[in-house]
Amino acid sequence: MNTSPTDRYTAVAIAFHWLLAVAIVCSFCVGLYMSDLSMSPTRLKLFNWHKWAGMTIFALSALRLLWRLTHRPPADVPMPEWQRRAAHAAHIALYVLFFGVPLAGWAYSSAAGFPVVVYGLIPLPDFVPVDKGLAEGLKTLHQLLAFTLAFVVVAHVGAALKHQFLDRDGLLLRMWPRKSAETAS
Amino acid sequence: MKTYLIVSALALAAGFAAPACAQQKLVPAQSEIAFTSKQMGVPVDGKFKKFDAQVAFDPKKPDTAKIAFSIDIGSATLGSAETEAELVKPDWFNTKLFPQATFQSSTVKATGPGKFDVAGKLVIKGASHDVVVPVALAQAGANTTASGAFVIKRLDFKIGDGDWKDTSMVANDVQVKFKLTLTGVGAL
Repeated sequence: MNTSPTDRYTAVAIAFHWLLAVAIVCSFCVGLYMSDLSMSPTRLKLFNWHKWAGMTIFALSALRLLWRLTHRPPADVPMPEWQRRAAHAAHIALYVLFFGVPLAGWAYSSAAGFPVVVYGLIPLPDFVPVDKGLAEGLKTLHQLLAFTLAFVVVAHVGAALKHQFLDRDGLLLRMWPRKSAETAS
Repeated sequence: MKTYLIVSALALAAGFAAPACAQQKLVPAQSEIAFTSKQMGVPVDGKFKKFDAQVAFDPKKPDTAKIAFSIDIGSATLGSAETEAELVKPDWFNTKLFPQATFQSSTVKATGPGKFDVAGKLVIKGASHDVVVPVALAQAGANTTASGAFVIKRLDFKIGDGDWKDTSMVANDVQVKFKLTLTGVGAL
């Protein structure tokens, strides 16, 4: 394990980060694609996969948040105060949206009369009633939050690339998966 | 004279007997026909808003009962606007060609106090299949409520044809639930 926790994120935090990064980007793209499809078995499949992915992201994000709250992340690298603040604000926004986007999707699904059954096995409770007007509103909210998340992710990635290629301060290495041999050394 | 008496006696008897045979009336506002289909494990509830029944039923003489049903397929609701738009298409209900589903009872058997098995033919989308529907009756004031549930196989009626035949996507079993309120049914 890492002996200087202020130097790098923990291996668990790094695993959460990249796993969820891939899951969130894929779910977003599937979401964009499927909503324009006309009704077909493919559409139905994609909708269900999207919901399963969303609920998985929700659950993993809860574990990730627990990990984050119990493990100190590396100290900030030197940077202007406004950038430091913006970075932290973005991280908080990301965490809020990790939960907000799936929750809005889950509620939308319930309101539309299609309860979420994760992996086709685990029925989730409906915390809103079946209501077409409400479903429309929640659909808009889900989309709005998803696009907000996409926007913050783009800002987050852009900032990381700036640190890597313009500032060359090695910030990205703190989150970069290292080979176990290197980690051990 | 003698013949006249017999005729009037018969007419009288028929007159007395008539109320027992009179058709019972459906109270649509207090009746409901719902169905639940499973899409990738997700139960999706639908309803038929328009239906009618012709019922001649005496709880004391179930074997003489005649129960006929017609359901306006176009009145189905199911989940979202997208699924409802899909429902009327040829792969599903083909509502244009088959606007109605019907049920006609053949035999009615008492199975317990206030409980009956109604056997008959169910016709949906032009396909006819025998079904046995368990019905429980409950009476309150002038109203009699008949309720029950049964399962049909959607593919028996070619509901969800073509690309939708895959039962891992949409289950073959469809649960049908009904609650019908009738007036004019004799005491149990």
